[in-house]
Amino acid sequence: MRADASGTRNLYLVPYLLWIVLFVVAPIVLIVYYSFLDVEGGFTFANYVKFFTPVYMKMTFSSFWYALLITVFSLLVAYPAAYLLTRTRHKQLWLLLIILPSWINLLLKTYAFIGLFGTYGFANALLELTGIGRTQILFTDFSFVFVSVYIFIPFMILPIFNAIEELNPSLVYAARDLGASPWLTFRRVIFPLTLDGVKAGCQAVFIPALSLFMITRLIAGNRVITLGTAIEQHFLVTQDWGMGATIAVFLIIAMAAIMVLTGTKRKAVRDANKR
Amino acid sequence: MQTNGKLGSVYLFLVFAVLYAPIVYLIYYSFNSGGTMREFEGFTLEWYQEVFADTRLLIIVLNTFVIALLSSVISTIIGVAGAIAIDKVRRRRTQNTLLSLNNVLIVSPDVIIGASFLILFTMIGIKLGFTSVLLSHIAFSVPIVVLMVLPKLREMSSTLIDAAADLGAGTWQVLTKVVLPFIKPGIFAGFFMALTYSLDDFAVTFFVTGSGFSTLSVEIYSRARQGVSLSINALSALLFLLTVALVVGYYFISQRNSRSAERGMRP
Repeated sequence: MRADASGTRNLYLVPYLLWIVLFVVAPIVLIVYYSFLDVEGGFTFANYVKFFTPVYMKMTFSSFWYALLITVFSLLVAYPAAYLLTRTRHKQLWLLLIILPSWINLLLKTYAFIGLFGTYGFANALLELTGIGRTQILFTDFSFVFVSVYIFIPFMILPIFNAIEELNPSLVYAARDLGASPWLTFRRVIFPLTLDGVKAGCQAVFIPALSLFMITRLIAGNRVITLGTAIEQHFLVTQDWGMGATIAVFLIIAMAAIMVLTGTKRKAVRDANKR
Repeated sequence: MQTNGKLGSVYLFLVFAVLYAPIVYLIYYSFNSGGTMREFEGFTLEWYQEVFADTRLLIIVLNTFVIALLSSVISTIIGVAGAIAIDKVRRRRTQNTLLSLNNVLIVSPDVIIGASFLILFTMIGIKLGFTSVLLSHIAFSVPIVVLMVLPKLREMSSTLIDAAADLGAGTWQVLTKVVLPFIKPGIFAGFFMALTYSLDDFAVTFFVTGSGFSTLSVEIYSRARQGVSLSINALSALLFLLTVALVVGYYFISQRNSRSAERGMRP
């Protein structure tokens, strides 16, 4: 029986290991390899030297800054929403309705915002009604952050919702019985116990936010250059794959650092998938 | 919404309003005869006719679905094999290594996946187009399937397999008669996730698509950059309906699965 089991195990592993080697290991190795190549294909460290020039440093910094803004705003909107969702009747249905927009093609939603935020769009009409008057919304930092938060909200709500669901309500009752105010209960009981969900959500938002590129072009009109935009630019426009790969290497390093800092993603993903 | 106060309900309503605003907006103007997303002039189905008359667009829609279906079927097969393989590995260390490798593509930003696949395909000489897009969609769907199937495998008691083997079932019979039926909900969930990931993907496809082949996201991107055309609105309305249908289907399948699981896993 044992021998039999190990024999079949190898068979199952074959396609999967092939996938790992070809699409997980090889791409990473290739990215690192290309980061040492110049445009002609010769070996060089120039890309790394170039990365530490002020132009790229500034870009990296602003990329992190925007990703941070997006994550913080997503969290601020998502936490109360997730909390309120857990207290509705038919909460699974409501949750499904929250996730539904995220299953609609990202491009379509971004495209809708071009209309909504346009000079004669709905948002400007609202502003005019309230007496503020028409302003330029599209192609500003505000529109970029707003649309990004919009895109990422469901990914923040889901893990937090799951964390709050797992929270034992008697702990909250106990805190209230012992005289804690609602705010104190939240700060000392609810929030610390749902921190895992918050971490998972921040991870699910921050890492993709670092590398956004489609929204920067369509909504921010190339005003915001993130690491993602730069990689796309180098690979598909200027054809300087070496420099693009170098930025990618730093993005991978940043990503790994965030993963280590906020704990493993695996549990969070599994939790999210249980729904 | 009984347990939430008035303020809470208002807040939730606002969140929902903002979440659905762009979708409602797109669909509303898809019926506008005025031709812009500014003023609603009159009701028309002109843009829907335009979508169905646009052969190029229809071919792209078809491409998108062929890629989505093929990639999710193939990635489900590889993913299920992978999950079974990981589950069978006895050594905890090896299992964790495999799981970490599995999750690399899930946490990697799309741009990195796209760029590295572009390098990979150019290196091994795969022409950019249908094949490269299909391969990358399979590649990024496999880990999702694994993550959906693995918990189900872990839930399964090994006595089931021992019992089947004792009763004389061969390896193949154990797999098809015991293991696969048990993990079926996980397989379905993985398949649907792979399908939605593939349909929704833009960044990875954008990198590996080359010039001759296009999927819907890439096409919308290039059209949206040129300016606004209401036939895209009409198309999004149609896609929205389709997505809702898919979600409802998924919801019912998962409901039925969980119910039949409670009854004792026989569907």
